Amino acid sequence: MKKYDVVVVGAGHNGLTTAAFLAKAGLDVVCVEKNDYIGGAAVSRELHKDWIYSNCSYVCSLLRPEIFRSLELHKHGLQITPYGGSLTFMQNGDYFGSYHDPEVKYREMSRFSRRDADAYKHYAADTQRQCRFIRDFLLTTPPDPTSFHPRDLAGLLDIGKRFVDMGEDRMYETLRFWTMSVADYLNEYFETDVIKAALSGSGIIGTALGIHSPGTAYVLLHHYMGDVDGNVGAWGFARGGMGAVSNAIAGAFQANGGELRTESGVGHIRIRDGKVVGVALENGDEIDADTVVSAMDVKRMFLDCMDESDLPSHFVRKVKEFKIRGSSGKLNIALDGMPEFPALPKGSTLYSSDMHFVDSMERMERAYDDWTDGTWSQDPYIDMVMPTMNDPTMAPPGKHFMSCFVQYCPYEIDGRAWTDEERQQFADTVINQIANYSPNFKDLILHYEIRTPSDIESQIGITEGNIFHGELTMDQLLFNRPVPGYAQYRAPVSGLYMCGSSTHPGGGVMAAPGANAAREILKDLKYANTVPENFGDD
Amino acid sequence: MTEVHQGRLETPFYGRFKAIDTLNEWHTWNGYTVCNSPYCADLEYFAIRNATAVFDLSPMNKYRITGPDAGAYLNRLVTRNVSVLGPGRVGYSVWCDNDGKVIDDGTIFHLDEGDYRVCAAGRHAAWFADAAIGFDVEIDDETADVAALAVQGPTSWSVLTRAGFEGLESLKPFGLVHMELGGRPVMVSRTGFTGDLGYELWMSPDDAGVIWDRIFEAGELTGIRAIGTDALELSRIEAGYLAPGLEFLPADETVRTGRSRSPFELGLDWLVDFTKPNFNGRRALAEEQRRGSTWRLVRLDIEGNKPAHNAYVFPRESRSRSDIGFVTSAAWSPVCKKNVALGTVRQPHGRPGTTLWVEIYYQREMHWQRKMARATVVEGPFWAPDRRRLTPPEPY
Repeated sequence: MKKYDVVVVGAGHNGLTTAAFLAKAGLDVVCVEKNDYIGGAAVSRELHKDWIYSNCSYVCSLLRPEIFRSLELHKHGLQITPYGGSLTFMQNGDYFGSYHDPEVKYREMSRFSRRDADAYKHYAADTQRQCRFIRDFLLTTPPDPTSFHPRDLAGLLDIGKRFVDMGEDRMYETLRFWTMSVADYLNEYFETDVIKAALSGSGIIGTALGIHSPGTAYVLLHHYMGDVDGNVGAWGFARGGMGAVSNAIAGAFQANGGELRTESGVGHIRIRDGKVVGVALENGDEIDADTVVSAMDVKRMFLDCMDESDLPSHFVRKVKEFKIRGSSGKLNIALDGMPEFPALPKGSTLYSSDMHFVDSMERMERAYDDWTDGTWSQDPYIDMVMPTMNDPTMAPPGKHFMSCFVQYCPYEIDGRAWTDEERQQFADTVINQIANYSPNFKDLILHYEIRTPSDIESQIGITEGNIFHGELTMDQLLFNRPVPGYAQYRAPVSGLYMCGSSTHPGGGVMAAPGANAAREILKDLKYANTVPENFGDD
Repeated sequence: MTEVHQGRLETPFYGRFKAIDTLNEWHTWNGYTVCNSPYCADLEYFAIRNATAVFDLSPMNKYRITGPDAGAYLNRLVTRNVSVLGPGRVGYSVWCDNDGKVIDDGTIFHLDEGDYRVCAAGRHAAWFADAAIGFDVEIDDETADVAALAVQGPTSWSVLTRAGFEGLESLKPFGLVHMELGGRPVMVSRTGFTGDLGYELWMSPDDAGVIWDRIFEAGELTGIRAIGTDALELSRIEAGYLAPGLEFLPADETVRTGRSRSPFELGLDWLVDFTKPNFNGRRALAEEQRRGSTWRLVRLDIEGNKPAHNAYVFPRESRSRSDIGFVTSAAWSPVCKKNVALGTVRQPHGRPGTTLWVEIYYQREMHWQRKMARATVVEGPFWAPDRRRLTPPEPY
C-alpha cells in the first residue's frame, strides 16, 4: 500500500491550508474528510434549490491576506467583497446604524450623543493599539515562556519589547484590556446604551461568556483585527459563499499535487512505539504516513481518536479541562424576496449591513442568563446578514439567503439532548424576533435550516459546535492554546501535529493556525518553508 | 458673438451622477467635470469585480473616420494591421510620430464598411488631419456627439440582456454590434478598461438619460452601481492596462528628450506589424528593433502590502547602484490580494521572471518610513478571470 509523507485529518479551511503549504513544499500529502463534501465550517451548500447557503461560518475578514496571496487563491476562484456597515433595531421604533463612511458614522452617533460620537475616536485608537499588538503575532508560532531555546527567547523578547514600547500607561491599559469584560471596556468610552449594545456583540460572538464576563474585551478584538484590503475591522463576504474559501485552498492544494479524500472519516490515529504511523479510517481502511496532522478540535482529536494511554496523563487532563462550550446556533433561511424593515428608510445602505435586534446592555446580559440556565436565549442576540444583497451568485435575482447567527444557544437543554420540539421552538424564537421588525418576513420564508450546537457537532465534528474550537480567553490563548507547553502545533507524540482552531491564534476563518502548523512541520521534516511572513502594519 | 462655454462641460450623464452623488468629489477630464466617486470608491470597485459597474466615458475623444480610403488611412496611421480588422470588430492600437514614439493609444471600432471610430484619451484632430494627406477620407471629431457608457462586471451581460439588449450572448471580446433599444440606436462593443467581462455602449446624447435608466432598472436586483474614476483606475491597474499620462506621455507634447516611449518600450511589440505597408514611425521602429530599445515597461508583483507609489526601481537590494527606473502606477489589488505596480525601467533590466527592488516610502502617523521591497517582473495582466472571455457569458 502507498505510504504518504503526511496525512491531514479534516478538510476544513485550516486542514486544507496546512495541506496546501506542505504540498507546495513538495511533500506527498493526502487530506481526508469525513463528510462527502469539503470545507468543514467554511462551506457553501445548496440546501434549497437554487439557493446557496453559507450554512456555518458566514462572513470573512480574518482570512490572512498573506495566505490568500501566497496560495494565489484568486486563481482558484476566491473573491472577498466587503459589505457596508452594521445596524441595530430598537424597541422604540428607532435604529442605530454604524456606517462605512466615517462622517456618516459620526453624524449617526451624534443623533444619540455628541459625546459618544467624539469618544469613538478614542475607542478606535485604543482598540487599534491592541489590534496592532496582536496582529503581528497571528502568523507566528507562540514562543514557549518556559523554554530556553533561542527561538523562544527571541519570541518572548519581541513580545516584551512591543509591550514596553507602548509606554507605561498603555502597558497598564493593555493588561487590563486582556482580562476585562467588554461591558466595562465600552463603559469607559460611551454613555448611550444602544451604542454600547451594538459594539458589545463582537465581544460575545462564539463564546460562552456574557458581556460582563472577564475576557470578553479580547473577543471583541478578535473580531476587529481582521481587515478587508487594509480597512481594519471591515468584514466581507466570500463570493459564492464561505465554501469558496475552502474550495480555493483545496484548489491550491490539488494544484500542488495534493490528494483529497472525502467520506473518509478517521476512526483513530495509529501509534506504534510512541510514534505516529498513520490513521485508520472509520470504513476500516488504513493510511500509512510518518506525519499526521489533525485539524479537528483538540478534544475530538485526543479524546475520541486516540488512546489516552498513548498520551501523557497531564496532557490528557488539560485537554479534558479545555473549555469548548456550545454557545451559538444558526438559522439559515431562503427568502422569496427582500424583507421590509419599516424602521429603516428606503434606499439606506444599511440594508446590506449586518443586522441586530438587541438594543440594550441589559438585554445582552439577559440573553446570557438564559444560557447559564441551560436553555437558549428567549430574546437572543442575532447577527443577521443577507449576503445576496452583495453577491449575485447565491440566489436568483431578487431572492435572498439570510444567515442568522444566534447567541446564545446551548449544546444541551438542562443537561440532556435537544428534542425536535425544542429545536423548532428555538427557530421560532429567532423568526419571531426578526418578524417584530419586519412585517412581511414570515411570508417570505421558503425554507430554513436549524443548527443547534449539537447539530453542528454531529454534522461538522466540532466538539459542542463551538465555532472557535475552544474559548478565546486569556487562559486559552497564545502559549496557553490549546495546552500550556504544547502551543507550537506539536502533539506529545512524535510525528503528530495539530493545525485546527484549537491552536494559536484561534478560531474564525483565518487560516493562520493551519499556516503556522505547516511552518513547524516543514521545519521538523527539514523542508524549505513555504509559509509567508506577516505583512506587518509598519 | 456668444462667448465659449466658461468653466467645465457636463457630460450627457452628468445629471444622473449628480442625482446619486453623495461625496461631491469631482475633477476635470478633457474639459468635462466627472465624478471621482459618487459614494464609496471601495464598494464601487467591488461592483466591477462582483456585479455590474457603470462608468461614464463620454469625455473620451472620439473621431469618426469615413470614406473609401478610411481603412487604408488607418493602416497608415497606426502601427497595427487594420486591414485584418473586419466590420463589427474592434482593435486596440497605438500611433506613433515619425521617431516611432507613441502619441497615444486607443481603440478602433470598425463600425461598417469604410466607417470607423477611433476613441482615444488625447486630442488628435491636427495629427489625424496631417496624416490624411493623400487619402480620400473625412475625419470628424464627434466627442460631444456620442455619449458613452461602460457597463462592466460579471453580471453585466445579464443586466444588459434584461434591459432589452438581446442577442449579446454571441458577441465575442472585441466585437461590436449595432442595436436598438426602444427605437434608440445604440452601438454595443465588448470592450472595457477593467479586465473583466464588460461592454461599452455608444449612443446619442439625447438618448443617454433614457438608456441609463433602462440599464439601472434592469440591474436593480443584481447589484448595479454607478462608479467614478477612482474605482475604475484600480481595476485598470489590476488589468495591467496602460494609462496615457502615467505609463507614457503623448510624444507630440513632450518637451524633454527621452521622455517619450516607443511601442516596444511599452511591451506592445505585438501591435507593430512590419509586414503591412508603410505607417507612421515605421522606419524608426525598424531601426529600434535592430538596435534595441532603451526602456521597458514592467508589471511588478511586489512583496508586502505597502503600495509602491512613485518608487524608484533598483537592480539590487542595496541602493549603492543607481536606480534603473521608477514606478508609474501602483496599487494594492483587492481581488488578487497582491501589491502590484506598473513601471518603466532601463533595458536590459526587467525581463519577465527576474527580480528587481523598489524603494517604497509610506507614512504611518505622520512619520515616513522606507522599505526596499523585492519585486518580481510578471508577464501579462494581474487579473484575468476566464469569465472575461467566456462566450456566451455566465447568466445571473
